Order: sequence, then structure tokens, then C-alpha cells
Amino acid sequence: MSDHSLHLEGAPFLKAENAGLYEPNGSKSMAVCAERSTKHNQELLAQIPYYQDWRTAANGIKDYAIGNLDKLLVEFERNITARGAVVHWAEDAEEANRIVLKIAQENNVKTVVKAKSMVSEEMELNHTFAAAGIRAVETDLGEYLVQLANQRPTHIVTPALHLSAEDVGKLLSEKLNEPYTAEHQALTDIARRHLREEFINADMGMSGCNFGIADTGSFVVVENEGNAGLSTATPPIHVALMGIEKVIPSIRYLPQFLNLLARSGTGQKLTTYTHLFHGATPGRKLHIVILDNGRTKVLADPKARMGLFCIRCGACLNVCPVYRRVGGWAYGWVYPGPIGSIITPHLVGLDKAGKLPFASSLCGACNEVCPVKIDIPHQLVHLRHRAVNEPSPMNLMSERFIWRAWSWMFQGPKRYGLAMWAVKLGVRLAPFLPWHPDKLGAWTRGRALPQVPARGSFRKWWRQEGKDLKPQEQPNNKG
Amino acid sequence: MTQPHSSPEHKWEYPKYEPGETVALFIPCYIDQFFPEIGEATAKLLTKYGVPLAYPEEQTCCGQPAFNSGYWEEARGVIHQFCKAFESYKWIVSPSGSCTAMCRVFFEHVDPDERIVGIGRRVFELTEFLVNILGVTDTGARYPHKVTMHSGCHGRRELGIFNQPLTLLQNIRDIDYRELPNIEECCGFGGTFSVKMPGTSLAMGKTKVENIVKTGADVVTSIDISCLMHVGGILRRDKATRHIQCKHIAELLVQE
Ligand code: SF4
Repeated sequence: MSDHSLHLEGAPFLKAENAGLYEPNGSKSMAVCAERSTKHNQELLAQIPYYQDWRTAANGIKDYAIGNLDKLLVEFERNITARGAVVHWAEDAEEANRIVLKIAQENNVKTVVKAKSMVSEEMELNHTFAAAGIRAVETDLGEYLVQLANQRPTHIVTPALHLSAEDVGKLLSEKLNEPYTAEHQALTDIARRHLREEFINADMGMSGCNFGIADTGSFVVVENEGNAGLSTATPPIHVALMGIEKVIPSIRYLPQFLNLLARSGTGQKLTTYTHLFHGATPGRKLHIVILDNGRTKVLADPKARMGLFCIRCGACLNVCPVYRRVGGWAYGWVYPGPIGSIITPHLVGLDKAGKLPFASSLCGACNEVCPVKIDIPHQLVHLRHRAVNEPSPMNLMSERFIWRAWSWMFQGPKRYGLAMWAVKLGVRLAPFLPWHPDKLGAWTRGRALPQVPARGSFRKWWRQEGKDLKPQEQPNNKG
Repeated sequence: MTQPHSSPEHKWEYPKYEPGETVALFIPCYIDQFFPEIGEATAKLLTKYGVPLAYPEEQTCCGQPAFNSGYWEEARGVIHQFCKAFESYKWIVSPSGSCTAMCRVFFEHVDPDERIVGIGRRVFELTEFLVNILGVTDTGARYPHKVTMHSGCHGRRELGIFNQPLTLLQNIRDIDYRELPNIEECCGFGGTFSVKMPGTSLAMGKTKVENIVKTGADVVTSIDISCLMHVGGILRRDKATRHIQCKHIAELLVQE
């Protein structure tokens, strides 16, 4: 079973030496892949002339949906229940696990085939199944590999991004007794052969949900490998997991979201398969578990609402310069990258995930690519403000003291002059000090400090010369 | 070259500047103390276009370091100091994209008071003031060197400033402009980020340096000297790159 447990307390973030990927082998290809997919997405997005308008519209639709969750979810439930589906509501992961387990046990399920679902990762559902003696098999190729390797996904769309073809070859030969190969097609064939058996023998299939549609009472699962189709259509029971934020008001908006999701996520015009489920098919059962698991806490913070607009495309991870360098595991929980940094603190609490919002240079690349235009950098500063004021690992007396002092010094030009004099003295002396404390040391090891100018400050120059500068009469060289 | 992913939502309605109106200079603390020549170049450039200048000595900082670190209460006091200094001026110009973004975009987060937000909105970055408000695209400078430009993230993504410095730069006489590969990627400075995650910040900076080296330029310029302080620090750590100089764009625009 994958080790899904919460690693946030030990999250290696904000340590001075923090520099490389946390995934073993530091697979450079991971950063390269992320970079390549960003390029690819940009090319495709450039083909939509109204891309920016689409984003704005998608943001507006999500805004409406999140503002009317109560109505839309009930409408969704009513419509899909009328066609034979059973809807369950779960307040937290524990309750969701109980519901899924009960369905499995009542139907005497021995093996479950699972299509990709981030909610399932949140619930650590595979642990629950294992504890109950039920075999759960991830069928998305990436998830399958990560599960075989007993690791955690590194990316929300491409979970095995950190494994090279050689890693996969070794893994399959070790765990499945297959002859070693590093050839892509051969590797896929091996996995396919093994997974076929699982599909045929499974008693229950599971999927996530990309969009729930209120007005038609349908839900959508997109994928590229066919595994979600097989997972949901082969076994007699289909259990779908859905976060409450997945609902959109109408099927009219679906094409736009499908387009944005595929283009932003994988750089495709459309995913290979788009499954729409409208209810239970005759003779088969359909259960939908709608999960909150902390999402309503986001609703309680009006400034943070946009975090719930996310359609899990992964574009912000790919483009993030920090993610590209530290990898997915560094973020300690299910959602890595910029989106992880803004929703994990809500879902698991700032006390555990308070460091995450600080793992960013606030460059804003994420906001630029986000298909639903989530203002991630603004969310990050908002969460930082909360993290230093609420119980969290970033709420430190020592730091507050420094900023208080800074604030006082900078509220008067004389004090400011004094503070700056001290800073300059420090910078002048720094090269002669044998040792620099912790973080300063990490800074100066790689970077030279700025040189202190001989000519004094701008202020001084202004008093001596600047104030007498005469505006020139004729604006010359106007362009 | 066009702006990478131009963000069309940044279409500021620039107010009209009447000749003779005084412009107050906001010289961010690190420029004041560590790079006074940038402030001087800014002052000279603006007076060249007939702009009367003022430098309110009450000014200290825009509050950005504390704001980005989450200490909004501490930032608020400093922002109020800023507003006290600049209250009476209609025009405020600063040679920094990042500090301008702090004033124009983020004051609102810390203190939604109309007066504070209004003062923040009067702050313009130097190249945007020249191009969008004064209508200057050619400063008549001459600078016969190989130059590449780094585009700071705050200026570009929060304020949409990219083409302004680029145009001014490309119009410099005899300049050999070299386009920086992956220009849209962050240099890794990020203010307190470089202190909180120094290793990751350095790794990002090194990538930036590799790209700078690829251009063959001898000078890197930007509207943000804060990014260049970090990039320059890395450049100077290595013999092979020590010769590459970091210069604020204002310094190039006053070269004759
Ligand atoms: S935050 Fe935006 S870019 Fe990131 S995964 Fe969600 S939808 Fe995609």
C-alpha cells in the first residue's frame, strides 16, 4: 500500500539546505517534463483566440457554483437519484471511508479496480481497503506504478513523473516477475496485461469525478488510458468519489471546461476519453460519495474561496519554479505545487501545513496559467498573514519581534537612517566574519552580498545636488 | 519579441499628466542606501523631460518585506508612514516594479481605507511613467554594449510592465540587445523567500545565470535592481561570470 500518511510536520520546506528534488534519484527528467508540458500547453492555448475570455468566464461560472453549492448539489443529487444512482454525503475522510467500505462489504467485494481519484488519495482509501482485507488496484498507469513501488504520487495529473523508464523496468521486473526492459511500449504492454486480469476479476470499480452537472444530474470522468472506462463499466458496482466543489450548474458549460482542462493539464485539445454518467445502468449499481473533508472551511474564509475553483489540471505545478526544483513529495500531502500550498492549509489545518504558503517566491506563474484564473499568489500572502497570527509553525515570537522592531524603525526617517547604517555596517563586516548563522550562511555561500557604495545614500545626494536639478524646458527626443 | 503570455487584464487607465506637475520620487530603501546611482539616474531622466521633482524625506519603505512575510500589522505602520510622506503629491514615480506593485496592488490588502488605496494607486514605475504617461519611447541614450534584460515577475505579472522597458532599451543607440531565454521564469529572489528557502532560491538563480551566460551579454538590466542584487551576487561568486555587470535600466537610459 502506498504510504499516504501526513508528512507535513516533517515537510522539508524552509530548511536552509533545501535545494533538490525530494524524490529518490532526484530524477532530473521530472523538472524537464514539467517544463516541456508547460511549453506544450502554451502552444495549444495560443490556438484559442478567446483564451483569456474563456478563463474569465470559467472563473465566473465557478464563482457562481461555489456560491450556490447548497442548491446545486441538491439539484445534482435529485436528478441523478431519479435515474437510479445512490448519493451519499460524507463530512470527512473517515465517514467517506466508512461509506465506501460498507458498500464493498455488503456486496462481498474482494477486489476493487480504481481509476484515478484525488479524493481517494485524500481519504487514504487504499489503507482502509487493506485493513479490511480487500484488494484495491490502481489502474491509472502512473498510479499503478506508484502503488507497486509503495510510494506517493508526485503530481496530481502525472503521478509517476519522478520515475524514469529504467526505474519502471526495474519495478516491474521486481514486483511482477517480468523480464527487465526500459522500452516504453514494452513496459506499457506488461502493465496492460496485468491490469486486464484485474478488470475482469474485479467486484467493484471506483472513479473520481471531474465535473458534477447539476441541471442534468450527470457527472464526468476524463482520462487517456481507457482504464477509467474499464474500471467503471466492467464490475457490477461503480462507486464515484466527488468533492463538493466539483459541481457546475449546467451541461452547457461543460465543453468549455473540458477544453480548458485538457489543454491546461496535458496539452491535448481534448482528453482521449470523456465519460458522462447519467445514472445506474440496468442490472448495475452506481454510488456517488460526495465529500466535504474541510472544503466548507475554505468557504468560511471569504478571501480564500477561489481555492475551491480548482479543476485539478496540474498546470500550476508544471510551471512552478519551486515545484520543478523540490518535486511533489516536499509538499507533504496529496496536493503538491501552488494549488497544494493554498488548499492543504485549509483542508488539514494551518497548524500542520502552515509552512506551505511560504514555499513560493510569489512569482505568479501559477496564476498566469491557471485555466480558472485562481489568484494563487494573493491567496498565498493571505495565508501567510493567517499563518503568522494563528497556531502554526510559522507563528514565531522571534520573527514577530524582528518585524515589530523593523516596523518601528521604518516609521521615522531618522530611525530608518540609523537602521540602514547598521545594515550597511553588517554588510561591510560580513566578509570578515568566520561564520554566518544558519540562513544567512546559506545565502552568502552561493551569493556575494551587495557592495556598500562609497558615495553614501540617495538622500544625501538629493540634499547636496538633486534638489537643485532644474527641469529642462523642452522635452527632447520624444518618441 | 512579445510579452510572454500577455495578461490583458492589466490595462491600466493611465491618468493624463499636465506639464509642470510635480512628481514625487519614491526611492525604495535598498536603492537609497545601496544603489544611490539608480535614484540619481531616475531624477536626471525625469528632469530631462521637464518634470519638476520632489523627494519627500519622510519616506522609508513600501512595507513589502513585512507584507510578503505575513506581518501585515507591522507592514501597516510603514505603509502609513509612506502615505504620510506622499499624501500631498498627485504623481509618485519609483524605479522599481516590485515596490510599485506593492503600492498599487497590495496596499488594499493591508488597509482598504480609501485614502491609503488612493495614494498607492498614484505610484507608477519609471519606465511605465516614461512610456505610458509621458509618451517617451526613445531617451536618446547611447550604450554600445551587449545587453540582456531580466523581467521581474511583480512588475510584469501584477502591473503588466514588459514592453515599456524593452522598447526603451531597444531604442538605445548602438546597443546590442540579446534576448534572454526563458525570460518569464522567476530569478528566485522573492525577497524573504531567498532567506526562508535559500537553497531553492539559489537553484533558481543559477538557472537564471545560465540563461544570462547563454546570451553572451556583458550587462544584465532590469527595472528591478532587487532581482539583480541576487542574480549579481551569484554572478560575482564565479570567476567565469564575474565580468557580467548588473545595471538598472535607468542607468542605461541616461548614458550619452
Ligand atoms: S489551481 Fe488552477 S492551474 Fe492549478 S491545478 Fe487547479 S485549475 Fe489547474
